[in-house]
Amino acid sequence: MSTPDIDALVNRSYRHGFVTDIESDTVPPGLDESVVRLISHKKHEPQFLLDWRLRALAHWQRMREPHWAHLRYQPIDYDAISYYSAPKQNKDGPKSLADVDPKLLATYEKLGVPLHERARLAGVAVDAVFDSVSVATTFKERLSAAGVIFCPFSEAVQKHPALLERYLGSVVPYTDNFYATLNSAVFTDGSFVYVPPGVRCPMELSTYFRINAANTGQFERTLIIADEGAYVSYLEGCTAPMRDENQLHAAVVELIALDDAQIKYSTVQNWYPGDEQGRGGIYNFVTKRGECRGRNARISWTQVETGSAITWKYPSCILRGENSVGEFYSVATTNNYQQADTGTKMIHIGANTRSTIVSKGISAGHGQNAYRGLVKILPSAIGARNFTQCDSLLMGKHSGAHTFPYIEVRNPTATVEHEASTSRISEEQLFYCLQRGIGAEDAVNMIVSGFCRTVFKELPMEFAVEAQNLLAVSLEGAVG
Amino acid sequence: MTSAADPLAPPLLDIRDLHVKVGGQEVLRGISLVVRAGEVHAIMGPNGSGKSTLAHVLAGRPGYEIVSGSASFEGRDLFALAPEQRARAGLFLGFQYPVEIPGVNNAYLLKAAVNAARRERGLAELDAFEFLSVVRTKIRLMQIDESFLSRGVNEGFSGGEKKRNEILQLLVLEPKLALLDETDSGLDIDALKLVANGINSLRAAERAIVLVTHYQRMLDFVVPDYVHVLARGRIARSGDRTLALELEKRGYDWIGEQAAA
Repeated sequence: MSTPDIDALVNRSYRHGFVTDIESDTVPPGLDESVVRLISHKKHEPQFLLDWRLRALAHWQRMREPHWAHLRYQPIDYDAISYYSAPKQNKDGPKSLADVDPKLLATYEKLGVPLHERARLAGVAVDAVFDSVSVATTFKERLSAAGVIFCPFSEAVQKHPALLERYLGSVVPYTDNFYATLNSAVFTDGSFVYVPPGVRCPMELSTYFRINAANTGQFERTLIIADEGAYVSYLEGCTAPMRDENQLHAAVVELIALDDAQIKYSTVQNWYPGDEQGRGGIYNFVTKRGECRGRNARISWTQVETGSAITWKYPSCILRGENSVGEFYSVATTNNYQQADTGTKMIHIGANTRSTIVSKGISAGHGQNAYRGLVKILPSAIGARNFTQCDSLLMGKHSGAHTFPYIEVRNPTATVEHEASTSRISEEQLFYCLQRGIGAEDAVNMIVSGFCRTVFKELPMEFAVEAQNLLAVSLEGAVG
Repeated sequence: MTSAADPLAPPLLDIRDLHVKVGGQEVLRGISLVVRAGEVHAIMGPNGSGKSTLAHVLAGRPGYEIVSGSASFEGRDLFALAPEQRARAGLFLGFQYPVEIPGVNNAYLLKAAVNAARRERGLAELDAFEFLSVVRTKIRLMQIDESFLSRGVNEGFSGGEKKRNEILQLLVLEPKLALLDETDSGLDIDALKLVANGINSLRAAERAIVLVTHYQRMLDFVVPDYVHVLARGRIARSGDRTLALELEKRGYDWIGEQAAA
C-alpha cells in the first residue's frame, strides 16, 4: 500500500470514527493502523513517533501472546479493548465521599491515606474536592530551578522531542515482547523525567506524582534519564486501591543511567486484586528495565506488589557500564486467588558489575507466587558478582510458592551466589506473640513484616510505613 | 514458711482436677493446685511427667484437649479466654525454647506486648521514648547490651541470651502470674544467678511465680514457698523447699514408685 492510500484510509476512519468519537472520546474496540494514527494525531506527535508506533503495531500483529509464565487466566480478547479513551470526566463516578463504598473508605482509614486524597482515589471528581494546582506549581518551580524535567509523557513529546527521540525504546525496543510492543503502539501517556548532569533531584518524585497521576491509563509509558553524575528517586504508585475500569494493564518503564548516575525506582502497587472468589481484578503485564549505560552507574528497583489478579513483571537491569550496580528488592503478596509471576533479570556486560537480588514472596489463601529470575554474565563481564536471595513464606494449606532461577555464566572470573528458602509462619511463632498479649492479626503482620524487612528498609521512610500497613490490609483474613 | 501471701485471699490461680490429653493420650490426670498472690511455687518432676504441659495448657497453647476439670485466674475461667487475653490479664509464660522471629525487632515486639497489656487495663500506651526508659533500667539488671533490643527476636541468640531475653520480657511486663518453663535449663552458673536475680526482683505480694524445673539447682537461688512433684500427670507430693532437696538426694524414682502405688 502506498503512503497516499494509507492517508486516505486514515482520513476516512478519521471522518467516521474520530469525529463522532469526539463526542464520546473513545474509539471503537479493536486495533489497527487507523487507531494508532488517531492516537498519535490526537497527541500532536512528531513523525518519528508515529513511525515508531506503526512499526511496533506491524510487529505486534505478527506476535503471539506468551504463555510461559506460571499463570492461569481467561484469554484476553484484544479486539474487545478500546485503545483510546480520553481522560475520564468521572461522569459515572461518585459525586462525593458519601457515595463511595464504605468498605473502600474503611481501607483508606486503615492505610492512613490523608483525608484530602481519599476522594480522588475513590474516583470522586477531582476539581470538586481539592485544588491541587497550587501544590503542583510549587513542586514544579523547585524542580525547574534545579533543571529537572518532570512532566507527563505527552508534554515531553511536545517540549523535549530530541530527548525522546534519542532515548525512547533504547532500553525496551518496540520489538521486545508482546505486551511492550503493544504498549509501544498504543501508549497514551505516562511520565518523563530528565535529570541533567551533576544534579541531585531535590525531592523524591512521589508527592507530586500522587497528586498528578490520576487516570494515567492502562498503557502507560515512563522514561527516566539520569545524566552523568545525576541522582533521582522516583516513587510510583500508591498504597490505596484505585478505582479502575480497565482490566488489562501493560505499562513500560525505561530507565537510563549514564556515568556515575543513580536511579532509585520504588513501586508500591495495589491494583484491584479481584474479590475473595477471584472474580474481576486487574491483569498487570508490565515491562520495566533499566540500563546502566555509563561507568559506576547504579539502578535500584524496589517493589511491593500486593494488588492485581495477575502480575507479570520483571524489573531488570542491563549492566553495561564498568563497575555499574543493579539492585532488585521485591515483596510480592498473593492472597485469595491472586497470581504473581515476578522477578528480575540482571544482565552483566561491563567489567566488575555487581547485582543484588532480594525477593520475598508471600502466598496466602489460594494465592500462587512465582519468582522468576535470570542472572546472565556475558564474556565481557570480568569480575562480575551477583548475590541472590529468594525467600518464600506460605500461609494456609492452599497457597503455593514457586522459584525459577536461571543462571548463565560465561565468564570464569564471575561470582554468583543464590540462596533460597521456603517457610511457613510457624504455630510456635504465632503462639509466642499471642502469649505476649499480641492479637493474632497483629502477630501475623509483625511476622510478615519481619520477613520483608530487608526489602522495606530500601523504601523511602514514609513509604516503608505505608507498605507495612498495606501488607497488613492485603493479608487480612489470611490467618487461621 | 516465707510466704508473703494472705491465706484468706482468693486464689490467683485455682486448678481443679484437670485432665488433659495430647494426641489422644492423657498427659495430665487430675491436677489440683492453688496459687495465691505473693507465693512462689516450684513444679518438679521427671521428663514426661506433664509439668511443661501444665504450663502450656494454662497459657493456651493449641494442641491440647481439656478433658475435664477447670482452671480459674482471679476468679475468671481461664479456658474461656484466648491465649492473648490470658496474657493481657497478667499471665506470662517464660518459654523453655523461645522461638526466633527473624526481622522482627526485639524492642518492637516487647513494646507491642507492653501496650497490649496497658490497653487492657485502660492505661495510655507508652510511646517509644517512655518505653525505652522503662526497658533501659531492666536491661541493666539483666546485664544485656542495648544492641540486643534492635536485633530480631531471639534471632541468632545463644541459649543463654534467649533465656535472659525471656526474663527481660518478664521484668518489663510485670505480670501477676509468671509461669517459667525450665528457664534454668542450659544455663551456666553465672547466667543462672543472673536469671534468678531477675526473678527474685519481681517477687512481690501481688505477684505469684511458678517455676517449672527438672533440677533443684535453680531453687538454691529462687527459694520457693511450695514444691510440687509431678509424676505421670498427677501431683505425687507437695511440700516445702526441703522436698526439693530430698529429691536431689533420692531421685525421681522414689516418687514414681509412690505415685504408681
